[in-house]
Amino acid sequence: MGSRASTLLREEEIEEIKKETGFSHSQITRLYSRFTSLDKGENGTLSREDFQRIPELAINPLGDRIINAFFPEGEDQVNFRGFMRTLAHFRPIEDNEKNKNSSASEPLNSRTNKLLFAFRLYDLDRDDKISRDELLQVLEKVDVEQKMSIRFLH
Amino acid sequence: AEGAVAGAVFQVWVFVVLFLIMLPAMFGLSLGVTGVYIQVLVKILEWATVRIQRGRMEQPSVPVPLPNGIIERAGGSMEEEIGELRNSFALSDAFYFYKKGLESIVDDQVTQRFSSEELASWNLLTRTNQNFRYISLRLTIIWVLGVFVRYCILFPLRITLAIIGLSWLVIGTTLVGFLPENSVKTWLSELVHLTCYRICARGLSATIRYYNKENKPQKGGICVANHTTPIDVVILANDGCYAMVGQIHGGLMGVIQRSMVRSCPHVWFERSEMKDRHAVTSRLRAHVAAKTKLPILIFPEGTCINNTSVMMFKKGSFEIGGTIYPVAIKYDPRFGDAFWNSGKYNMVSYLLRMMTSWAIVVNVWYLPPMTLQDGEDAAHFASRVKSAIAHQGGLLDLDWDGGLKRGKVKDSFKEEQQKMYSSIIVGQNGISSCSQSTKVE
Repeated sequence: MGSRASTLLREEEIEEIKKETGFSHSQITRLYSRFTSLDKGENGTLSREDFQRIPELAINPLGDRIINAFFPEGEDQVNFRGFMRTLAHFRPIEDNEKNKNSSASEPLNSRTNKLLFAFRLYDLDRDDKISRDELLQVLEKVDVEQKMSIRFLH
Repeated sequence: AEGAVAGAVFQVWVFVVLFLIMLPAMFGLSLGVTGVYIQVLVKILEWATVRIQRGRMEQPSVPVPLPNGIIERAGGSMEEEIGELRNSFALSDAFYFYKKGLESIVDDQVTQRFSSEELASWNLLTRTNQNFRYISLRLTIIWVLGVFVRYCILFPLRITLAIIGLSWLVIGTTLVGFLPENSVKTWLSELVHLTCYRICARGLSATIRYYNKENKPQKGGICVANHTTPIDVVILANDGCYAMVGQIHGGLMGVIQRSMVRSCPHVWFERSEMKDRHAVTSRLRAHVAAKTKLPILIFPEGTCINNTSVMMFKKGSFEIGGTIYPVAIKYDPRFGDAFWNSGKYNMVSYLLRMMTSWAIVVNVWYLPPMTLQDGEDAAHFASRVKSAIAHQGGLLDLDWDGGLKRGKVKDSFKEEQQKMYSSIIVGQNGISSCSQSTKVE
């Protein structure tokens, strides 16, 4: 790491990301530090090459699909907001969030959104070609919340 | 009057450099000044650490560095997470790969080794400062004092010593080179090399502690060590003479290399020769076979790593034959970041950073010699030596190639992962039916 990262991220931005993704303040600054260390071009965005430079990701058989998930349709660069939005899907569901039945938009890491994310990783050309029922049938039996969550330290 | 003052300062300067530093260095003696300096530094840094911790508690928005990474990994193997011997594919299997992939994007084991280690607490050098916020007036004052001491007092002293040391190396080895090959020449050559490296070590305020000196590399052997910085050479050569191996450069480096080889047989290669692995191996083999020559010094990682781990040892060094003397080198990161990030800094700016750090404190462990065992291949032997060094130095033992600093990972590793997954889905059925058919034949 080793870059003076947190000074470049404004407080307002951190608050916005916090609202959108549910990460804590310290988690956001740490992930920003990671974002900048991956950003070799130092232009505030990551390209596909920046991801492919990670050896553990390069040997992952589904590595390419995962990288694609970060980039919106037709774009080649992802900024920090987009980076965090994608990572947010993998935030564990906390207990106080499980019982929310509010009509407000679901948090990015809800069970449904995790499933949607996994579905999109299969649906490479993004046109719903996999039979939706089939997929949900299989996935219902799986502990999605645990399998699609990463424990971010505070 | 000004001229007299300047003259007096100069005389004091020369006196200090010559009698208090150079001469003792040449004879391997120490006046104990560096020891006191280090102790004072430790006290100051400890105070600074306490002060920063207190400051952090008062300002909760500053994140605490996490030495073990940003995430907590589950750590199960592919079999455990996907499920054993199911003999079937499930769409949910992909979850394992997605999770592992995302985990590596957030925090991976390899890319962090090619940049400086993140310290648990700030050591009053701006360059290691990730999240410095103004915490207290006293801390800032101490930092300013530190800058003054490092740049205005220590730096000129160190530069002088470095220049003296290197000039002495070039002149001394050239002079020794005129002598005919005999034991006097060898002894003189060793003396010149040792004194020069000792002066250079003082030029970096290096405090080196050697452990297990009975395992020191012998003539006709090969010394292997983990690589963090070009200064590793100075650190090791302070305690013994080695035949260096490397590529011949142009410029100042080339001048030094060419004069060094006049007094004792170092092994320098032209750039074109380095590509031919056979030529390199046979030349080194010839050197080792002549049992009277100095031990060769090789860094099998092939590149500088940040001293938190040891990466893959290239097996070429272990195919030469002869006894391997492993050495573990560990720098204390509190006093200065010794890692050379060659992508970020060139050699000159790196050396300038070194000379304006607090000090370089190193521990060097000589490990017992190792040899190739029966039926062992070079790659396995290399891995064994690497583990021994990592274990001794308290470094993480990684199998990843240091070449990943610049290059891409080989496709064969991806294929290994795919093979592993297929064996889980296919299970035992696929394999046992094959073996049955071969038995019949």
